[in-house]
Amino acid sequence: MTSGLESNAKPIEPLLRVRGLGQQYIQRRAFSRTKFCVGAFEDVDLTLFSGQTLALVGESGAGKSSLARCMALLERPSAGTMELEGENLLTLDRKSLFRIRRRIQMIFQDPASALNPGLPACEIIAEPLAIQGEGTRLQRRERARQLMEQVGLDVRWERKLPFEFSGGQRQRLAIARALALRPSVLILDEVLSNLDAPNQDLILKLLAELQSSHALAYLHISHDLRLVSQFADEVAVMYQGKIIEQKRTRELFASPSHFYTQQLLASVRSVESILLERSA
Amino acid sequence: MRYLARRLLHATLLLLAASFFSFAILQSAPGDYFAPMGLNPQVSSRTIAGLRSRYGLDRPLPVRYGHWLRGVFNGDLGLSFAYNSPVAPLLAIRARNTLLLTATSMLLAWLIAIPLGIWSALHRGKWGDRAGGAFASALLTVPDLMLFLVLLLVAVRTGWFPTGGMVSTAFGDLNMWSKIADIARHLLLPALGLALATLPPLLRHVRSAMIEVLDAPFIRAARAHGIREWRVLLRYALPVAASPLISLFGFSVATMLSASLLVEVILSWPGLGPLLVDAILAKDVYVVIGAVMLSSVFLVAGNLFADLLIFAADPRVRVE
Repeated sequence: MTSGLESNAKPIEPLLRVRGLGQQYIQRRAFSRTKFCVGAFEDVDLTLFSGQTLALVGESGAGKSSLARCMALLERPSAGTMELEGENLLTLDRKSLFRIRRRIQMIFQDPASALNPGLPACEIIAEPLAIQGEGTRLQRRERARQLMEQVGLDVRWERKLPFEFSGGQRQRLAIARALALRPSVLILDEVLSNLDAPNQDLILKLLAELQSSHALAYLHISHDLRLVSQFADEVAVMYQGKIIEQKRTRELFASPSHFYTQQLLASVRSVESILLERSA
Repeated sequence: MRYLARRLLHATLLLLAASFFSFAILQSAPGDYFAPMGLNPQVSSRTIAGLRSRYGLDRPLPVRYGHWLRGVFNGDLGLSFAYNSPVAPLLAIRARNTLLLTATSMLLAWLIAIPLGIWSALHRGKWGDRAGGAFASALLTVPDLMLFLVLLLVAVRTGWFPTGGMVSTAFGDLNMWSKIADIARHLLLPALGLALATLPPLLRHVRSAMIEVLDAPFIRAARAHGIREWRVLLRYALPVAASPLISLFGFSVATMLSASLLVEVILSWPGLGPLLVDAILAKDVYVVIGAVMLSSVFLVAGNLFADLLIFAADPRVRVE
């Protein structure tokens, strides 16, 4: 994350590249045996680079979260390819997929429901390590404590349960859990939208620090264009299941070419102009 | 311990209120056990008044309630007019039989509901889930009375099950294992009927609780880590879905108790049900109040047990 600053030396090799990705869900009509397809998104091309943030913006129902689930390997897309450092993930067998899961992790919108309510903080962070069979119980605990420190949580809270943490602290806990397996790609699905402004700032700073220290690639899904302008290197705009525009952040804000992007930016500007008028 | 003490205090107050209201309602009903004797010209009104005075029925309600309550604390639940014997031992045997029936049915219902509900949640929308849903809905629409009568009909027509009672006539001559088998054979039909009567809501609740948990983001996060499905179920979904199901367990005690009274009457299980019905018809007040209070105690104990289970299972409840 470069806080709006664009780097000229873009890495040549992409870390994660999706081409022609599409997802369709089959639904059944009420009181009928007829089935029909609902397309969540289609023909999506995206490329993520180490140490960079690609923001994905768009209105509700545009297909952003479905795309995130597919890219986090939670759902199998119905079309397209998905390559991590040149390896096509969609042709992998179950065992190889299990191995590759550690490389791509996802952080969810609502930290309250994203953490197992019955497990203490330390176990929540160590759980991915246990699932992947990494280290002994003691080693996992030590790593969980390190991660707690790294995300700014007091290690003395390791036995606390999720409901004993504030919203911002829970999101830090979710970030620590996502980092446990040392991933290369983090998919952030509206991780700031449930937080207040000070907490948004703190989490953004934390994400920026982690990105520069771990060379993480972020796919950051958001609908807040103001925040996007702060953290994204590149922005992709999604509209009715398609990527309609993808540019470097400064370029997109300066000269949006698609009508929908222009509308999106206009809505942000109009709020600002109203505030300016009111203050005047 | 403070939680337990608080819950016990609540339970005691609840039982006191239940006893007072059932006492008041029963005493305000017209007539009493001795009223029909007035129709017999050979029994004088003086004799009836004497009997009423002997059993304390001529005293004001608060005095009778106070007297009964004092007796309860000394283990005396009053006297049955019909059986001319103390109510407590009379109820003890019947309560034991009702407990045996309800505990077995409850075990049976939950043993069916939990795996079937989990299976339905995992295969939601598929034909198996839809068939299970249709079965539960059909079972829900059948009145309990009809269900028990059908079971009775099956028992009579096939001869596979005893049609009533708790033991065979030759029970006394049997060895211990044969005695257990004999009771189990008699228990099977009423227990199955009662389990089927309470099964549909349990099944739907287990299914919906599991679906809710399986859709939660923390389960998706675990799946993104590569967790195996059986581990998702055992370590993640079941413990979290347990809390609402434990509460439901407390409520199911109430449903089961009221349904058990009916099944006991129809399938002649010698529990509290037939005793209560006979006592109500004969206005044998202390037996009625004793049976009602015993049912309330079972109900309160079931809910208390469920509360303690939740206290043990859900750390969020333990926070002051």
